[in-house]
Amino acid sequence: MIRIDQLIKRYGALMAINGIDLHVPAGELFAYLGPNGAGKTTTIRILTGLTKLSSGRAALNGHDIEKETLAAKRQCGLVPQNINLDSELTVSENLDIHGRLFCMKPVARKAKINELLTYVDLHERSKSLVKQLSGGMKRRVMVARALMHSPRILFLDEPTVGLDPNIRRRIWSLIKKIQQDGTTIFLTTHYIEEAEFLADRVAFLDKGRIVAMDSPIKLIAGLGNWAIDWLTDDGMQTAYFPSRTAARESATAKENGFTLRRVNLEDAFLSLTGKKVQ
Amino acid sequence: MMHGIIAVYLREMLILKRRLKRQLSGMAISPLLYLIAFGYAMGDAVQFNGHTYLEFLIPGLVAMGSMTQSFSIASDINVARFYWCIFEEFQAAPISNFAYVTGEVLSGMTRALLAIIVILALGLPFGVVLYYGPLFWLAAILNSFVFASLAVALAMLVKSHADQSLLTNFVITPMAFLGGTFFPVDRLPMWAQKILFLLPLTHASKAIRAVALSEIPDWRAYLVLPVTGVLIFIFALRSVKHARD
Repeated sequence: MIRIDQLIKRYGALMAINGIDLHVPAGELFAYLGPNGAGKTTTIRILTGLTKLSSGRAALNGHDIEKETLAAKRQCGLVPQNINLDSELTVSENLDIHGRLFCMKPVARKAKINELLTYVDLHERSKSLVKQLSGGMKRRVMVARALMHSPRILFLDEPTVGLDPNIRRRIWSLIKKIQQDGTTIFLTTHYIEEAEFLADRVAFLDKGRIVAMDSPIKLIAGLGNWAIDWLTDDGMQTAYFPSRTAARESATAKENGFTLRRVNLEDAFLSLTGKKVQ
Repeated sequence: MMHGIIAVYLREMLILKRRLKRQLSGMAISPLLYLIAFGYAMGDAVQFNGHTYLEFLIPGLVAMGSMTQSFSIASDINVARFYWCIFEEFQAAPISNFAYVTGEVLSGMTRALLAIIVILALGLPFGVVLYYGPLFWLAAILNSFVFASLAVALAMLVKSHADQSLLTNFVITPMAFLGGTFFPVDRLPMWAQKILFLLPLTHASKAIRAVALSEIPDWRAYLVLPVTGVLIFIFALRSVKHARD
């Protein structure tokens, strides 16, 4: 569904994307995880036609993004990181303009707006101006807008950034529902728990390169299941163990106390790159 | 292609509808002040070829209003691009650059037409009766086409909102005062006339005024304005392509 071969993006001397190869099959929820500046948003901007690639190839559902740009754009919906709704228009007007941009017929537009606003639980706000909505509602409107033309692929660039935990969980449920309805999802995030909860596969991105790519369970499994953190004069130290018992036995010797916890994707990222995701 | 043009134009019209009272007030205030200060206060003291200064001034204000209002979309495009990031919604949609530019230019021209109607309505209480035939409207529409295209082109080239204000100060404001709006360009020295002859507004104001005063307009205006408009429109298409990265 999404195929990327040797993708490179340069900004002058800076190599934002440095030779990425990737294949996301239909129906998969794929997460791109990395710190700020790793190249997550740049990849999405290239795939959705907002930024030109420097070299390499990319295709969406078989349509080359450079040679068949308009056909490739029809395959995908985009929820960008920044809220880019028209705040002076109503919710339904925002969706209607999007439908027109994708050449939808009036009857189809009206039906889809009703369907999607029910889907994201905002039907009663269809006539509200966007500026009157909360941040979480705006995010849901953006998801609805991206789904207006029934895209095969949905790009979500940091979809829950800045939202409180309750709203974030609600957006996660919505994303899962969209995937269950057959849409391929490409998600960027720097929230570890988001990638763990949602993704079928995760790619770790660092300095424009993919340093590891697998399912969250397999990425974590290499380290063990349990971790302890303790503080020393050199800073925070972490050790990994196959079992809780082994971790506790090792931890009892720590003088300044310790934290016992499950191993997560952040640990896997840290062990591969030597840095934290956030 | 039409669906893209309609979508871009409709979005601008919906926003215009929401702001209509404010927009109409904004369109009226400057011409009203000019009419009171330069036209009414001077009364019949100043005459140009047998016409009162108000009769001379109103066609000039029409030319200036069509220029400033059609160019004002630059500021909105700029805000939509840098502040609201709405330009990305158009970039990610399967529409051509031609559709985007055409939709924006048409919205600029619509604003210009509204401004002209406001100016002509303001002239009525001053008792000014002029001739508003087809060539009057053609010159006004061509003028707004030139400046709406310029607005899109420059809005895509600037890197910040502050740059946009600078462009308005250095390009539009001098042209508004020197393009034959408030005084006949023919009275300036020949070297100045030659420079001002390069400005599209000079041609527009001369043509609009000639028709309004029931004189025969210079046919060159109806050649210069569309040619300039098309060239700037092509420049706008290139600027949108450039803005992608």
